[in-house]
Amino acid sequence: MSEMRNYTLNFGPQHPAAHGVLRLILEIDGEVIERADPHIGLLHRGTEKLVESKPYNQSIGYMDRLDYVSMMCNEHAYVMAIETMLELEVPERAQYIRVMFDEITRILNHLMWLGTHALDVGAMSIFLYAFREREKLIDCYEAVSGSRMHATYYRPGGVYRDLPDRMPKYLKTDSRSDKEISAMNENRQGSLLDFIDDFVKEFPRHIKQYDDLLTENRIWKQRLVNIGIVTAKRAKQLGFTGPMLRGSGVAWDLRKNQPYAVYDKLEFDIPVGVTGDSYDRYLVRMEELRQSNKIIGQCVSWLKANPGPVMSDDKKVTPPKRTNMKDDMESLIHHFKLFTEGYSLPEGEVYKAIEHPKGEFGIYLISDGANKPYRVKIRAPGFAHLASMNEMTKGHMLSDVVTIIGTQDIVFGEIDR
Amino acid sequence: MINKLKKIIKSLSLSELRSGMKITGKELFNTKITVQYPEEKTPISPRFRGLHALRRYPNGEERCIACKLCEAVCPANAITIESEMRDDGTRRTTQYDIDLFKCIFCGFCEEACPVDAIVETQIFEYAFESRDGSIMTKDRLLKVGDDNEESISQARSEDAKYR
Repeated sequence: MSEMRNYTLNFGPQHPAAHGVLRLILEIDGEVIERADPHIGLLHRGTEKLVESKPYNQSIGYMDRLDYVSMMCNEHAYVMAIETMLELEVPERAQYIRVMFDEITRILNHLMWLGTHALDVGAMSIFLYAFREREKLIDCYEAVSGSRMHATYYRPGGVYRDLPDRMPKYLKTDSRSDKEISAMNENRQGSLLDFIDDFVKEFPRHIKQYDDLLTENRIWKQRLVNIGIVTAKRAKQLGFTGPMLRGSGVAWDLRKNQPYAVYDKLEFDIPVGVTGDSYDRYLVRMEELRQSNKIIGQCVSWLKANPGPVMSDDKKVTPPKRTNMKDDMESLIHHFKLFTEGYSLPEGEVYKAIEHPKGEFGIYLISDGANKPYRVKIRAPGFAHLASMNEMTKGHMLSDVVTIIGTQDIVFGEIDR
Repeated sequence: MINKLKKIIKSLSLSELRSGMKITGKELFNTKITVQYPEEKTPISPRFRGLHALRRYPNGEERCIACKLCEAVCPANAITIESEMRDDGTRRTTQYDIDLFKCIFCGFCEEACPVDAIVETQIFEYAFESRDGSIMTKDRLLKVGDDNEESISQARSEDAKYR
């Protein structure tokens, strides 16, 4: 009898289910995975090193590009680290705006995850429905920051600009009647907050749609239940955070356990799973969609009632108003100083973490007193999750690898950095 | 026992698949949200950060005074500026290049500019056919500014109170 050998398979980096540039070396026995070896680094851009060569503010844009489906959350961790070092007070309104956009980002991320995960597993229509809602939230991004994805909106000391009181509208075209156009513009009549409010009211109906499509579906269940089980103990050992950890039944959420910004003033629940399989993680994320929606609703009503400044008035850190800058010599000097040299942080180090849609996203920042960081280490949640790929896939079928990649919700921007 | 029977009936009736099909069936007749792109476009906010432009004052004089703040603040080092004293004694740029391959469209240049010269317009269709099209030279930037001055100034004035 001839000798039987395992088969080695290259999964990715061009595989459409590899979520970007994941390269997996799979050792398979028939169709059963013996060993999965993730190769990373194909999207390495050297963010940590780049940040060292720039004044602090200039790196905000690079934070967007780490996890490119949850942009503003990355920025939040970075600006929070700087604010802690400077002991800078952030106006409450700015904090509410940040929390609101963090949760919008969480919905954006989870919708992206839901769509692609379901698409990988074989459900097509959910992807289209998820993107329909994403489009609205991306419009919020654009209205507030001017960019659909890479917002560069948070600044140390607050946010760049206050929320606009007008939403851009669809313009008249030849191909549509006035009636159609006004129907499309119906939710765009008021301010951005009205637009978001409208979304918050409508979104539970859409979540129910996703729910009806997937939750009980037998194919979905056959593909997810009991796939990639991680026990609570093992999840902690592997350094899991976010929905991956909560799916295993550990109620750990930085928004509750170490509240930052204004999360301690808001009401929401932390969903946890039971068995720690892919299906539980799916349920946890679905519930997070509902909870995020609830948080956004609370933020909207607070923001509507409480106008105020959105930027700290510490002139050594935040740029002056444009009108002041043009009239007032001192403001002009501050303006020039800030946009060339920036500001210096006191000597020391800080670690600030936020509850990113994928887990704990942390910035560890060391300053030697200069206007640039001495070192920045980015703690990406996806890295720890991907590291467990071998353990999670072992013994499963080849097609389950796709499910597990989906359930880990990995994005290579943050893993490779 | 009854529960088991219920489960079997539920499974045989394909109820969850039917409810899923009902949703997709309903969506089939719903109003489509698709935007037919070249003919119609999605709304663009006045804060939109698209292609760059250099603006002029109403009297035709270019605004840029070569203070190089944008060059200093650009995180991607996409801007290159050379300047010279002009015959009338004012300082102006002789070269103002933006490399679109490097630019990350963060909007810091516009934020930094003390005279509102460099702006990011609402233009997002700027595909180019040759490789050197990526370099926005001073002439090209000024041309974009001249051609779109109306929409640029309207967007600026709409957003002025927030900045």
